Amino acid sequence: MQAAAVPARSSLRLSRPALFLAPLAQHKGRLAVSVLAIALGVALGYAVQLINAVALNEFSQAVRSIAGEADLEIRGPRAGFDELLYPRIARLPQVAVASPVLDANAKLPGRQEALRVLGIDAFRAARVQPALIGDARGDTLELLRGDALFLSPAAADWLGVKAGDRLAVQVGLSEVNLRVAGLLRGGGRERLGVMDIAAAQKLLQRLGSISRIDVRARPGADLGDLQARIQSILPPGVMVERAQGEAARNAELSRSYRVNLNVLALVALFTGGFLVFSAQALSVVRRRAQLALLRVLGLTRGALLRLLLAEGALIGAIGAAIGLIAGYLMAAAVLQRFGADLGAGEFRGLHPDLHAEPWASLLFFALGVLVAVAGSLTAALEAARAAPAQALKAGDEQTAFARLRPVWPGISLIALGAICTMPGPVGGIPLFGYVAIALLLVGTLALMPRLAGGVFGLLPRPRGAGAQLALAQLRGAPGQAAVSLAAIVASFSLMVAMAIMVASFRVSLDDWLDRVLPADLYLRTGLRGETAFLSPPEEARIAQLPGVRRAEFLRIQKFMLQAARPPVTLLARTLPADNPGRGLPLVGASLLPQPGAPPPLWASEAMVDLYGYAVGQVVELPLAGESRRFTVAGIWRDYARQHGSVIIERERYAALSGDRNSNDAALYLAPGASPDAIEAAIRTALPGGANLEFGSPGEIRARSLRIFDRTFAVTYALEAVAVVIGLFGLSSSFGTLVLARSREFGMLRHVGMTRRQIGAMLAAEGALVSALGLALGLALGWVISLVLIHVVNRQSFHWSMELHSPWGLLALLAAALLVFATLTALASGRRALGVDVVRAVREDW
Amino acid sequence: MLVLEQLSKTYEGARRRSVLHGIDLHLAAGEYIAVMGESGIGKSTLLNLIAGLDRPDAGRILLDGVDLTGLDDDALTQLRRASMGFVFQAFHILPYLSLAQNVALPLILNHVDEDEAAARTHAMLAAVGLEGREESMPRELSGGELQRVAIARALVHQPKLLLADEPTGNLDPESAAQVLSLLREQVKTRKAGCILVTHSQAAAATADRIVILTAQGMGAPV
Repeated sequence: MQAAAVPARSSLRLSRPALFLAPLAQHKGRLAVSVLAIALGVALGYAVQLINAVALNEFSQAVRSIAGEADLEIRGPRAGFDELLYPRIARLPQVAVASPVLDANAKLPGRQEALRVLGIDAFRAARVQPALIGDARGDTLELLRGDALFLSPAAADWLGVKAGDRLAVQVGLSEVNLRVAGLLRGGGRERLGVMDIAAAQKLLQRLGSISRIDVRARPGADLGDLQARIQSILPPGVMVERAQGEAARNAELSRSYRVNLNVLALVALFTGGFLVFSAQALSVVRRRAQLALLRVLGLTRGALLRLLLAEGALIGAIGAAIGLIAGYLMAAAVLQRFGADLGAGEFRGLHPDLHAEPWASLLFFALGVLVAVAGSLTAALEAARAAPAQALKAGDEQTAFARLRPVWPGISLIALGAICTMPGPVGGIPLFGYVAIALLLVGTLALMPRLAGGVFGLLPRPRGAGAQLALAQLRGAPGQAAVSLAAIVASFSLMVAMAIMVASFRVSLDDWLDRVLPADLYLRTGLRGETAFLSPPEEARIAQLPGVRRAEFLRIQKFMLQAARPPVTLLARTLPADNPGRGLPLVGASLLPQPGAPPPLWASEAMVDLYGYAVGQVVELPLAGESRRFTVAGIWRDYARQHGSVIIERERYAALSGDRNSNDAALYLAPGASPDAIEAAIRTALPGGANLEFGSPGEIRARSLRIFDRTFAVTYALEAVAVVIGLFGLSSSFGTLVLARSREFGMLRHVGMTRRQIGAMLAAEGALVSALGLALGLALGWVISLVLIHVVNRQSFHWSMELHSPWGLLALLAAALLVFATLTALASGRRALGVDVVRAVREDW
Repeated sequence: MLVLEQLSKTYEGARRRSVLHGIDLHLAAGEYIAVMGESGIGKSTLLNLIAGLDRPDAGRILLDGVDLTGLDDDALTQLRRASMGFVFQAFHILPYLSLAQNVALPLILNHVDEDEAAARTHAMLAAVGLEGREESMPRELSGGELQRVAIARALVHQPKLLLADEPTGNLDPESAAQVLSLLREQVKTRKAGCILVTHSQAAAATADRIVILTAQGMGAPV
């Protein structure tokens, strides 16, 4: 007899990987849901990271091309500083070359966005910032002509102009025509215009003033020494820093928003981790006897643990790989469609090219794997600890759910979370706030079996066999609630927290707008441009118009208090003489300085957080090159500026600085006067009045709230993804649980329960567990919202707000989720009841 | 080969339950014995103790002179992996592995070279009458065939001791007879010691000797 051929070993696939790959392949649906959750979380996080990174990179490139080969940069207030400082710097022996720059965002008539205009000394700039030299096509004098403006290619594209065209720039209320002389040799992709510095000073009415001096040191000069030497001769408010400081400040401008967006995107990944936790926990329970068999056959606890963690790692790796590809495509699509601005407004107008970052790819891949492994850990430990002989017995899977773990880990995590709300930010980031939220969430989930046991134990015995069995099942397996609801509690509580935080913010903003918009009509010379203003004669003509009862003017300037921080905004405004603080949205106590004390100043909350301002404190502000002392008379809420602002009396500002122009006006109309008629009268009365922007308080409020909603649109979208992942988790875990209990359903059918009764039982279970999860999510979400409002938001943006909970919206959402959960349970039950009941009781798995 | 000395086991809890008391047993290599006794008397517990899946309160379990009660969990696991085979009433064949993969499990766990594992798996499946079914999945098999797979898996790594807990409890008489015959044949061929726990007189009759487990201890049938 011929011996049968031995099959090739490959056909037998006798290897350890088969042990963990085979069960994954067996449950492709579960695998797909877990992989999808991780992929979605990684994709969102990676996309947000890529978009923010390319936007920042674009900024850095622009700054590099403008700073050129400078070693040091000298900067002052946006209004500029005395140009006489320039020769003093240029003559320093360690300085090889110094290049003065006038830097202003020029208002363009009819456009929202401003054009950054740099005035340079072409001969100096050629040695420091060669990219800023225009292509004069052989006519060097063109670089010095008063009306010649060289545009970066990006600016020319944006404006739709070419060499020889004219471009109007608004200065004050008037329009000045410039000639597009050509394109810059460099300039990156920033929208930039360059002209001769003397011409720019004259054009922008800034004679004798410059904004920056870029310094290149002599070879071998000690930059630290030179920096100290220069700083010693600079007036207050003018600072010297290493080149590229502007890039860091630009990064700082949007950092809080970017970090919060990143964290929010990671919430989806975090929720995905809970989904993996549910899926793996149920998978391990379902395979309890199979895993016990492996233990009986000789697989050690450690090996089993590693096997199950490897399963998690594999899920994470596949999900993360898909997520990276999806994230890249998502980022490319967003950049293509919307540009690099994700809502904060700092990157508006940037359309950079996308390129994958190796370290970010690696980081998000690792995060995906780590989250999936962490999600698998509890289940893997439970399986490794199970007694094999017991676990082999049919029905033992319920003991995994019946076991009540001690309460101390959950309570400890919550207590630790509470402690983490106390420390301040780390490098401006509310790191401990985020950790506190994670700890509160995980701690609550750890207590969930206890809470479920307690709540279900208190419920009265319902009528009907199905409902009674459902309650008995939940009482007997409280751990099931934690497993089923981990993802949905995580996503729902975070959604509740976000909804409460956003509602609180919106209502507080609305109240704030009420306080800061008391006039009947507002006008402004331009939101983003720095070259438009109202002169005193123009102010007088406005104030004297019939129908204008009172006009209050506001001057906005920016100055630097610390080189590393973004500039602080100074608001010089007309204030009531009897009680200047009246009408300001003050928070906390206020005072009026004693006679003889420095004059009052009202600081925003950001000034308290960033610069340590306190009521009663005497502080120094750099005004027109001099250090001026003020008494902090009160702290006010400023939702318009997150990097700090101060209000001082306008007359005092004008007297100290000599600057008598203004940017905005609040007009109080006489009884019966029509805002439209006043607007028309102003436009007619003032030359260039057509360039003014008018708004009623209602319009400004509506516009502000629209911007607010647009800003939070991205956060809502990210949060919605987290909830969808949570719902996936709920659906998946119900499905798996019901399948795992097919033997139980078979037995119940044997003893006489109808399909309808079993369906009712599952619906009741689904509704009870979901109701508990939603109630818990609501309570936890409320607590987390306090952390968001008082810790994360305050430390990120330095804004306080009052708590407002949108209970109606939350109740509606909870009801919708409850219905969805119940339907999911029913649908899962129908699938399970399709299994042959005889087979169900015969099979061990 | 296997010696049980004064083995006792009591389950603590709300209702204290003494299941084994002063059990003595000697099993020689190649010997095939059947353990009978009424339900709840501790037959499965006895197998769990011998397998190192549970700990006795008193007494010793010696396998080739090694006292199992002195070993930790990892050492017991290693011993089980190398020296024991199991056949269960409910088969416990992993549904997501092919027959060959199921049979090869102990070889994989014992790090047997893959070529040799393939050859031994093939030979073992042939020995239990499932030649050519290597790639079949468990769902394609009858109960009797599944138990044959279980026997193949229990013996493929040539264990010293085979523990069978009601291996025919889920089978029809004809399949049961075939499985018992196969079990005995394979045990004798491979000179493994075997303890068969059963309620069935017919099953017990295939053993070399029968011992009865009672509340007082272990003895020969009356």
